[in-house]
Amino acid sequence: MGVKGKVAIVGAGLTKFVRRAQETPKELAFEAARAALDSAGMTLDDIDCVIHGTAPDAFDGLHMKGEYLLDGSGGWKKPYMRGYVGGGTGVFAPIQGWYQLSSGLFETALVVCEEKMSSCMPHPQGAFLTIFDNLTERPLKPNLLWIFALEMNRYMQTYGISVKDIAHVSVKNKNNALLHPAAQLGKEITLDEVLNSEVLAWPVHREMVSPTSDGACAVILATEKRAKKITNKPVWIKGVGWNLDSSYWTNRDLAYPQYVENAARMAYKMAGIKEPRKEINIVEPYDPFAYKELHHLEGLLLADRGKAPQLAIDGISLRTGNMPVCPSGGLLGVGNPIAAAGLMKICELFWQLRGEAGPRQVPGKPKTGLAQAWGDLMQVGTVCVVGI
Amino acid sequence: MEVKGTTISKQDIESGKVLFTKGDPNAHYTWDTGIGIGRYLEGLREGKIWGTYCKKCNRTVVPPRVFCELCFSPVIEWKQLKDTGIINTFSICYVNWDASRVETPHLPAVIEIDGASKGCGILHVLDEVNPKEIHVGMKVKAVWKRPEERTGSILDIQYFKPY
Amino acid sequence: MADKVAIIGVGYTPPRPLTPDVSYKEMTYEAAVKSYHDANLSSHKDIDGFVTCAEDLLEGTSIFDEYTPDQLGAVQKPMHTISGDALYGIATAYMKIKTGLMNIVVVEAHSKASNIKTLPHILNYAVDPILNRPLNLHPYYIAGLEMQSFLAQTKTTPEQCASVVVKNKKNALRNDLSCFGANLTLQEVLNSAQTFSPLTKLQTVDHVDGAIVFVLASEKTAKKLHKKPIWVKGCGWISDSPTLETRNWDECDYAKLSSKMAYKQAGIKNPRTQIDFFEVDDTFSYKELQHLEAIGVYKKGTAGEACLKGDLNPTGKTPVNVSGGSLGIGSLLEASGGFRILEIIKQLRGEAGVRQLKKNKTALALAWRGIPTASGACVILATK
Repeated sequence: MGVKGKVAIVGAGLTKFVRRAQETPKELAFEAARAALDSAGMTLDDIDCVIHGTAPDAFDGLHMKGEYLLDGSGGWKKPYMRGYVGGGTGVFAPIQGWYQLSSGLFETALVVCEEKMSSCMPHPQGAFLTIFDNLTERPLKPNLLWIFALEMNRYMQTYGISVKDIAHVSVKNKNNALLHPAAQLGKEITLDEVLNSEVLAWPVHREMVSPTSDGACAVILATEKRAKKITNKPVWIKGVGWNLDSSYWTNRDLAYPQYVENAARMAYKMAGIKEPRKEINIVEPYDPFAYKELHHLEGLLLADRGKAPQLAIDGISLRTGNMPVCPSGGLLGVGNPIAAAGLMKICELFWQLRGEAGPRQVPGKPKTGLAQAWGDLMQVGTVCVVGI
Repeated sequence: MEVKGTTISKQDIESGKVLFTKGDPNAHYTWDTGIGIGRYLEGLREGKIWGTYCKKCNRTVVPPRVFCELCFSPVIEWKQLKDTGIINTFSICYVNWDASRVETPHLPAVIEIDGASKGCGILHVLDEVNPKEIHVGMKVKAVWKRPEERTGSILDIQYFKPY
Repeated sequence: MADKVAIIGVGYTPPRPLTPDVSYKEMTYEAAVKSYHDANLSSHKDIDGFVTCAEDLLEGTSIFDEYTPDQLGAVQKPMHTISGDALYGIATAYMKIKTGLMNIVVVEAHSKASNIKTLPHILNYAVDPILNRPLNLHPYYIAGLEMQSFLAQTKTTPEQCASVVVKNKKNALRNDLSCFGANLTLQEVLNSAQTFSPLTKLQTVDHVDGAIVFVLASEKTAKKLHKKPIWVKGCGWISDSPTLETRNWDECDYAKLSSKMAYKQAGIKNPRTQIDFFEVDDTFSYKELQHLEAIGVYKKGTAGEACLKGDLNPTGKTPVNVSGGSLGIGSLLEASGGFRILEIIKQLRGEAGVRQLKKNKTALALAWRGIPTASGACVILATK
């Protein structure tokens, strides 16, 4: 087996990520889709199919949320399909775009991800109460912070990592986000400020958690033939991978995301990457919590197990370091409108590899980047390797 | 790069400056427990924790299931486990789901149940313990509701405590 | 375009109104085991990718994707969910195999409709939250509006719509998977309780539980594993506007355009002569007629007469819903389209028993995502 059609990203756009947007979900999706089309000099008539990504329906307070969002996303009278892997959706959506185009059925795709979490009152976390097993867990009234605190603690205990080691990620990403025009939480913050922030669920501190956000993000994909006509700087999707682990999360090893490794290996194989640490120039791993960036770098085989914290401590993962990680500012800094946040990482790579990231530009003319998202019950990894 | 999006505040909504509609979902379900979880819940009502053993994988899991998700075989054996275990991981949680502070911290933990294979645990909560003393590897025991109060629910175990 | 793609395995649990003995996981596991056996797979480990078709609020679980892998043998495998009918899942597997990345892909859909206690309220949760939801109406009024418009525009009569119910429930009597087979008269259908006029109660589906799992494979693998691979000739899916106020009520564009997309891939110019039989959505009586006209099998305003005359019967010129359709089998939510594909597979393999049609080379399935959507998908299958 070998993959046939090549697919490129030819346009990208997003809205501001904010705690509470005045725009309706459809309007947010529209603004992102419009910005992406404009960036590629295209109109909706040039689009063959639309892929939509959005996380739980409960946020926006809608059943069949994808159907509701379809006109805002440009899906009217087009082949429109919503793929779904919880928090991993933002990087899965371009993967879906990739297979829809690579199959030969379409030449262009508009990929739109949207989330309006503020509709859920009194707090968006309420939408997460029903993610737990209906029979064996929900009666315990677990909240979302529990499982991340449980996973973070297991990770720390297994490798002897301290909260301080992990806090470096918050400092880096929130500072990086200062230069992102869509960012919700970019700020100059010190290590002490992170460590002294309120403990929400030990070991998780407030400044180690991404915010709840409203926002949307979009990219345009095209087959090789079309991409070359649209732009002279296409960013190619070189490798894709996705992987889902068992739903029995209390029976799994929480210290290591094996499913992320599986997804990464699938993407590396397709991209022909043999030595990821040498060949990947920029990484945008999923960082809804500070420890997740580290967990994911290990799963992506970009750091040894238990050793990822050293990358931030030593400055290797700074924007100017040898392996920039989350130069966008990540979810911790730019914000976390779930599916849109994952696709924001793809946008960041698009701009970075084209040399269009402005003040955020990573030095050294990066050629290859990797974006990854994660979700469900700490169980899904989605990986996209892109390059010029 | 111009980025669109308009921030509003909670006050803008509360003061009526920005209009909104309200709706509560009337979404109700009665989930069939099936064979595996049905028997697990019945066991809890009797004060027992049931697991299942897959011979092919040599693995005893809890919650029990009527097929092994790894080798995909339906050949499993029911096995009664102990109501003790060790803490795989835990948290000390100071906030509710709506981000309000709690008076007494919640103490969720993944507890590897004695008799199940290593690494196979369940989610539950701890009590009768000083949060500062909780540690990974701590031995804990189920504290059951009185038999007449049990309903066949995970809540038939009130919590786990050190022993 | 890459290799051809075929369905080589199907497994299912018989649809029933209540299934209190099994959980959705156990039900799906049963369907998966049967499906993999039907496909002659030596192990679930041979499968490259998995797709579930589901919606959170129909499960009562946010991020339902979490609970999909175990019952399919998909632990630590490429798997994801599609929010759509099983036909969207078939299209997804079709595309993945065509990329050359995957060789064998599994598609699953199920219904535990009996576990949903407030289905109309949940459907109302799918209408526009600002403009429509505050009206607080049972959302089936949308079907009433659409049927009224369909009758007025095409001059189709209520009797013609009722004849769809009579036909499908009669067909269902010969399908051991059906829950609602019956010998009814037109008058019984028309005189049943008025619901969302012009709809009557018997012109509306009832919901049932069940699970279905398909195995799709690339040409080489399909031929190696199965004697009678059923080839996917074309897939289409289209959405019209979700906004009731701007939707084109006179055209059924999701059916028209999705079939057009599938016809193009399958090289079909005249569906009525090139396709032997049809399994199209009949969630409401008029939907079958509307769909047949939209997909170009009948001209506008002629499908009703054809049905009344018996042309859509199993022995007629254009057999439609020989399975009994959703009116006869019951609606399985997102799995509904899956049971249409099942009937086509049985017919094309020559395994449909008493229902076996003689002309059984090419068939079309059409799914609609139901109230309040204007979205649907179309799949064309053939023996060659």
